[in-house]
Amino acid sequence: MVGIASYAVYLPSARLDRADVVATLGAGRGRGVRPVASYDEDTTTMAVGAARGALRAGGAVDSLWFATSRPAYLEKSNAATVAVAAGLPVATAAYDVGGALRGGVGALRAALAAGSAVAVCADIRFGLPGSADETDGADAAVALVVGPDPVAELVGSASVTTEFLDRWREPGSPRTRTWEDRFGVEEYVPLVTQVVEDLLSSCDVSRDALDHVVLSLPHARARATLAKGFGAERLVTSSAGYAGAADLGLQLAAAFDAAAPGALVLAVGAADGADALLFRMTDRHVPTPAVERPTHPVSYADFLTWRGLLPREPARRPDVKPPVPPASRRTRDWKFRFEGAQCVACGYRNLPPRQVCLRCSAQGPFEQVSMIEVPGRVATHTDDWLSESVQLPAKVVAVDFDGGGRFEFEMADAVGRDIAIGDAVEPTFRVASVAANGVRNYVWKVRPAADATASERTE
Amino acid sequence: MATHKLANPVAIVGMACTEFGEHWGRSVDDLLVEATHGALAATTGVGLDDVDAFWLGSMVSGVSGLTLTRPLNISHKPVTRVENMCATGSEVFRNACYAVSSGAYDVVMAVGGEKLKDFGFSGLEMPHVPNDGTAPNLSAPAMYSMIVPSYARRYGVSEAEVKEAMTHIAWKNHSNGAINPRAQFRKEMSKETIAAAPALAGSLSVFDCSGVADGAAAAVIVRAEDAHLYSDRPLYVHALAMDAGSGTGRNDSDYDYSELSEAAVSSRAAYEQAGISDPATEISLAEVHDCFTPTEMVLMEELGFSARGQAWRDVLDGRYDRDGALPVNVDGGLKSFGHPVGASGLRMLFEMWLQFRGEAGERQVSDPSFGLVQNQGGSPGDLVSAVTIVSDRRP
Repeated sequence: MVGIASYAVYLPSARLDRADVVATLGAGRGRGVRPVASYDEDTTTMAVGAARGALRAGGAVDSLWFATSRPAYLEKSNAATVAVAAGLPVATAAYDVGGALRGGVGALRAALAAGSAVAVCADIRFGLPGSADETDGADAAVALVVGPDPVAELVGSASVTTEFLDRWREPGSPRTRTWEDRFGVEEYVPLVTQVVEDLLSSCDVSRDALDHVVLSLPHARARATLAKGFGAERLVTSSAGYAGAADLGLQLAAAFDAAAPGALVLAVGAADGADALLFRMTDRHVPTPAVERPTHPVSYADFLTWRGLLPREPARRPDVKPPVPPASRRTRDWKFRFEGAQCVACGYRNLPPRQVCLRCSAQGPFEQVSMIEVPGRVATHTDDWLSESVQLPAKVVAVDFDGGGRFEFEMADAVGRDIAIGDAVEPTFRVASVAANGVRNYVWKVRPAADATASERTE
Repeated sequence: MATHKLANPVAIVGMACTEFGEHWGRSVDDLLVEATHGALAATTGVGLDDVDAFWLGSMVSGVSGLTLTRPLNISHKPVTRVENMCATGSEVFRNACYAVSSGAYDVVMAVGGEKLKDFGFSGLEMPHVPNDGTAPNLSAPAMYSMIVPSYARRYGVSEAEVKEAMTHIAWKNHSNGAINPRAQFRKEMSKETIAAAPALAGSLSVFDCSGVADGAAAAVIVRAEDAHLYSDRPLYVHALAMDAGSGTGRNDSDYDYSELSEAAVSSRAAYEQAGISDPATEISLAEVHDCFTPTEMVLMEELGFSARGQAWRDVLDGRYDRDGALPVNVDGGLKSFGHPVGASGLRMLFEMWLQFRGEAGERQVSDPSFGLVQNQGGSPGDLVSAVTIVSDRRP
């Protein structure tokens, strides 16, 4: 039996009020909020957040499949960064399923085919100001661990592939272009209908037997038309918005959260073809309501700045210096896995690792320890208006970790937040800066700790 | 560990200091030439050819001794460039003094200069070592602003009271600089203006930060026994101390950001060399490293001028004002001079040169006994500190 053994969703904490967009542009309409990746997040860092959550609950995996329509790098593998920062061992295969929206389902099907794998899907959705991608998109990541003792067993799957041009984007461009709305409706509806019928008949399941249905389409009008055929009560709905390559997985996680053991969950994705997957919840599954972390608002001006659509005058400071590859490679366990060196002689955790213990001067031995799950507290803090950070003032904190170890960080997810000595924080993988040569400086930062009940949704 | 006073005492027999400021029209060469020629002119008859060796301090304005030899057309002399972050100016002087005291040379010069206004930033451009990008990214004001909440918490003082002391220090140093013709900023600032300025980092505003300036200063050093051959009023060196911490405070959860222990250790070594047991009463005036106002406040405790937790109060009581019991930064400090790194330590010493010769004009402190110069580099938890003690009395 193969299926989903565990899963986790990562939603960034910033929320853009759609009314703010309407008010600023003086056009359009919109209500509610959408999740927004922070200035120090990209699809890779969000993927790390989701992968860590899912792997914490799941077993070991042999491979990682990372899908996104906005890869942080081309040529250089982002899946490798996700695998390393998510703590996977070196003997893990990691592959990028980059570019197309359909890669999200593709990564999941690849993981299911592999049998012991994790599919990680992340996307950042935006377009030109005033676009539907801006107001109706959601930035999110999801990770689904596939293993032999699943909570959701795969009953069957079907796919159709065909060539037509409904939406397209040049690499690096903020703007996604689309063809006329009606074209998509007329092409997608028959495709989806066909793939669902193919799957259900091959599994000998009737539409009426379905308990939860996920419909993931970038084409809102086609989705609305298709939804009529399933009945609103069974359909997973999300106010967050369409999450691109992560959308199907995100909705699937929401469906699993709500599903009882034995329930049948149909997931359909349509983008340049259509895919349908049918899952049955097993007795191992314990339905858990989604718990969201605390959120904070982001102004439309900051949102545009974070996406590079509203360049602002920077502080008069030297240019950002990129990390150099050999140094980053030497310290990869520290830089990407946040592993410190615990002195065997005195027990103090040296952050970063060093040859000579900063407390007792012992020349080793040291034990390599992960700091990611270690609670930390703010020792002191300041607001830095002269920082090279995108967001000013940078909220800088010195953090003492329980059981020893101190490091200074620019606090993430702290825009406008009042920080006090003693505040609880937790590590999070982020982009410190992007230098002129395109090198992305990934580092572990800290963010305000979730309270005891508000951990990420984890099965 | 041992630290001793010089086996053969040394003295300064000539000093000069350029005006500090935004010298758009002058290069580092121009500034070094003015300071070097000026210091020689202040001696009785020492010419450039009489100098046996030179030490040059510069952090970012040039490398090697050639930065000094080229503009001055010095040839075939031992010339060494020294760098120890913002304490470079004091390190140049310390190493030059050791050379004379050792007997290796008879007459040496310590020269420091920096040209910062060609970088185009309102801060220091630190030399960059390629790295993995994980080091915390803080501006210098941000690093020093961490002192404020830590000090307040450590001593049960409100941050508002600490800020009041910081404002007093900025007001005092601007007031002193206003009557110093070499200072970059020569204007008194009201406490209301200082207190109302917007924050740059934590509770620090631009008034809590030293400026960025160009400048140079120089000293001619000989054996104390020969000093009267070259000067009618030499300035004698009673102590030279330097302390480099392990630089681990920012990674040590036992470290408190309000602690600048390198300053305390270097001053204790200096007091021992000079035979000073009660610095609070035996030091007549001090030039200290007021890169940021909370630095000066904490230094009053680290140097033994104020009891622990009392510096903020002593500052507000006017103890360190120009007419106070122990005038601190009577020349205006880094606050009024700006901080051309390689020159600052020598600029502090230059005020002692003037004060002990009775040439400090309106700033003159009456009948000084010992003068202390404290000059540091780095940030809280990651510091080097140099302390020099001088007097017009021969050790």
